[in-house]
Amino acid sequence: MTESSFFLVVLLTGIILVVLGLGVALLISPKSLNFQKEEPYECGLPTHGTSWMQFRVGYYLYAILFLMFDVEIIFLYPWATVVRNLGITGFVSIVLFIVILSLGLAYAWKKGVLEWKSTTSE
Amino acid sequence: MLIYSQPLELTKFLAAIDNFLHSNFAPGWAIVVEGILVGAMILVMYALIALVMIYIERKIAAFFQARLGPNRVGKYGIFQSLADMIKILIKEVIHIKKADKFLFFVAPFFVIVSSVLAFGELPFGINLHALDFNIGVFYLLSVSSLGIIGILLAGWSSNNKYSMIGAMRSGAQFISYELSAGFALMTIVVLSGSMQFSEIIEGQRYCWNLFNGHLPALIAFIIYLISGHAETNRGPFDLPEAESELTAGYHTEYSGLQFGFFYLSEYLNMFIVAAVAATLFLGGWMPIQIKGWEAFNQVMWYIPSWVWFIGKAGILMFISLWVRWSFPRLRIDLLLNLEWKYLLPINLVNMLVMVMIVLSGFTLTDLFPALFGN
Repeated sequence: MTESSFFLVVLLTGIILVVLGLGVALLISPKSLNFQKEEPYECGLPTHGTSWMQFRVGYYLYAILFLMFDVEIIFLYPWATVVRNLGITGFVSIVLFIVILSLGLAYAWKKGVLEWKSTTSE
Repeated sequence: MLIYSQPLELTKFLAAIDNFLHSNFAPGWAIVVEGILVGAMILVMYALIALVMIYIERKIAAFFQARLGPNRVGKYGIFQSLADMIKILIKEVIHIKKADKFLFFVAPFFVIVSSVLAFGELPFGINLHALDFNIGVFYLLSVSSLGIIGILLAGWSSNNKYSMIGAMRSGAQFISYELSAGFALMTIVVLSGSMQFSEIIEGQRYCWNLFNGHLPALIAFIIYLISGHAETNRGPFDLPEAESELTAGYHTEYSGLQFGFFYLSEYLNMFIVAAVAATLFLGGWMPIQIKGWEAFNQVMWYIPSWVWFIGKAGILMFISLWVRWSFPRLRIDLLLNLEWKYLLPINLVNMLVMVMIVLSGFTLTDLFPALFGN
């Protein structure tokens, strides 16, 4: 009971830190209205168009690869805690599991997902 | 086992507070008051550590570059970060017109809450921790990766191309190095057979995990330092906020205290990485002890555990600063190559080698229980 309630305490502490800080800042900071102040700051030049646009696919490919290995990490942590008791059987089965997942990485590598191609040369 | 005298420990003091509260309040209210005390303590420590670290970083960076660094506010400029904090508090909080207002406002919450949650898990000394979950390492990994949501939200909602690029770079970098950090910590979980910080520290009483696991533990340690460094967007890996190309990266549009929160959490994350590395690899708050040398151990125990913890974490933080101010910035493809083509495969093999060492009983504690065993 105490562990989870102290988790709530820590969580609330984080939120209170932000709220309190912003509250104090809003109370004591000066305010002035200015048209230009609310413009996006891009090195001082007027900005062109929206910034919510399509982005290069390379980043998302890394995200997909990450998903694969992150689920693997979640799966492996419980195994890692008890590996001493599982003995050689647990080890061999996990080696098979990791080999299968590494094949995915090897495939992506072979396909050139991990190469960062330049888009400017097109 | 001999009980050592620990004159400077805070355990008795904490027990006295607990006793006082429980004797003067109803049981429910005592817990509530304790919760408020813990929260206040975390707030104070959080701000204090950040302020001290910002000052130390500026001073050390200055020395690396043969400058003097801050030296106007107070003797040797020790009140510089306090003055900066006051300055940042009285700056106006600007919400730009084209931004996605709600997400723009929410982003600092994610960043700060994730680092406060991770901060609460750190064992500062004997019984000096807010949380001690039996899944501690796993909890730490999961809450510390919440911070990237805040960074992505900040970059996306700012409606600024530099912020967007910075946030995307940060996202790719963080999730990549998160894998390495996860596997490096898993190597230690395999070695110590527990995810609870207090048990891991107890297991390192006579032999640090760094030495206990031979070469695999050393490799995991180095990989954890590299990936922790990359996760906090610092040093040669600071592409997300590369000031010469992206203005300030994902927090370009933030002003005043909202920027301050990003700044604060960056330093706290650096501290958390150093503290976790110190806890899992270097024995945490456990003083250096040698089995059988009772007089030596007693002398070591006279130094309180929180000094050991801060000292070990401090050395690792100094290494982090050293790296940051010594290496030039990497390019994004080199950065991702380093992770996916080198660190991740090495890490996978390293973890399996560690399992083999543990299963065949080749750890130092298993080989020489008379010298290193608990």
